[in-house]
Amino acid sequence: MQIKLWINNKVFEDDIQSDILLIDYLRSKGFYSVKRGCETANCGLCTVHLEGKPVLSCSTLTVKANGLHVTTLEGMKEEVEEFGGFMADQGAEQCGFCSPGFIMNVLAMKKELVNPTELEIKQYLSGNLCRCTGYMSQLRAIKKYLELKKED
Amino acid sequence: MFTIKNYVVAENLEQAYELNQKRSNVVLGGIGWLKMGSRNIQTAIDLSKLGLDKIEEDEESFKIGCMCTLRDMEVNESLNSYFNGAIARALVHIVGVQFRNCATIGGSIYSRFGFSDILTCLLALDTYVELFNGGIIPLAAYKDMYYDRDLLVRIIIKKDARKVSYLTHRMSATDIPVLAVAISKLEGKWQFVLGARPQRAILVDQADGILGQNPTQEEIDALVDYVIKEVKFGTNMRGSKEYRQILAKVLINRGIEEIMGGTHAN
Repeated sequence: MQIKLWINNKVFEDDIQSDILLIDYLRSKGFYSVKRGCETANCGLCTVHLEGKPVLSCSTLTVKANGLHVTTLEGMKEEVEEFGGFMADQGAEQCGFCSPGFIMNVLAMKKELVNPTELEIKQYLSGNLCRCTGYMSQLRAIKKYLELKKED
Repeated sequence: MFTIKNYVVAENLEQAYELNQKRSNVVLGGIGWLKMGSRNIQTAIDLSKLGLDKIEEDEESFKIGCMCTLRDMEVNESLNSYFNGAIARALVHIVGVQFRNCATIGGSIYSRFGFSDILTCLLALDTYVELFNGGIIPLAAYKDMYYDRDLLVRIIIKKDARKVSYLTHRMSATDIPVLAVAISKLEGKWQFVLGARPQRAILVDQADGILGQNPTQEEIDALVDYVIKEVKFGTNMRGSKEYRQILAKVLINRGIEEIMGGTHAN
């Protein structure tokens, strides 16, 4: 199938198999931040933004992105590095495997929610699993990050 | 994972319906469930260009297109200004925001999953489904129909002033429920829906008369006994039949108390 989509604002035109999942297409183009953690649409590792909304690229056919804009972690370098600094400050990374999907969802949350409560933060991020930590350090990092962003 | 031979972005519902008459063809929803299987799909039918991703509202009802995502329903303020926000409460625990941005209401309702939160919730409301060929029928009838080749076009929820409580018990926050309970009260009429029994949600609406206008504990106990007698509970890896019966007692009590203005929260 002939498709045209934008990945991190760069246009890609391709003839693809209609059953190729977005995660596999993105990885075939070298966007290795997008990872498969669970195979059951539960872990959130494969999160990318489709027209600004966070979606599971493991549960999205590439043809669904035809004509649309996809953003991966690689496309949000500045914001990602900034938030990554907050995570490092709180010791929120252990093995780091879940971080790309987690950060993509945090950045989507920042865009969507205004002054979220702790419950709202937890609900927004409950689809991102981390098997090393107890999420406390991530939560501290998010609160400090949102606090700073509020002052901006 | 499934395979797809041909992919057709439907130009109209007639075309989609015609294609869907073949058993090897499939209408795609959010594919969250479909991808867990390994079907070989001859022609995948994509309804996403038919404008069916919207929530329309008129004086009497909400009309929700089959391609509307669960997330769009969850954050729709108007929809959730009704029924004590029960629809958002039924959706918020489903996996995660990213999943709900993919999953569609048409996919959820057509599939009539035993564990479905949203089927449980919508059965406690005055809900209908609009089928391309079969017309508009009550959700309570649709949920027990066999998986035919019709197209589920819209979900229609009639507006009314019913009070609704939606409560679940889960092993962990984003897991499917061990038991889901939706209770509604419109004027004097109570409805009780039990989902994830683990079988498909069931509506108990013959419970009229057991509860008075301001139910006493004796009346509630009698109601709970009636529901547990009427409803078949089962055992699976998430819980035993007996455990679900105990949960049902607790959640029904909490739900009634919530509707009557009590303070219990799930």
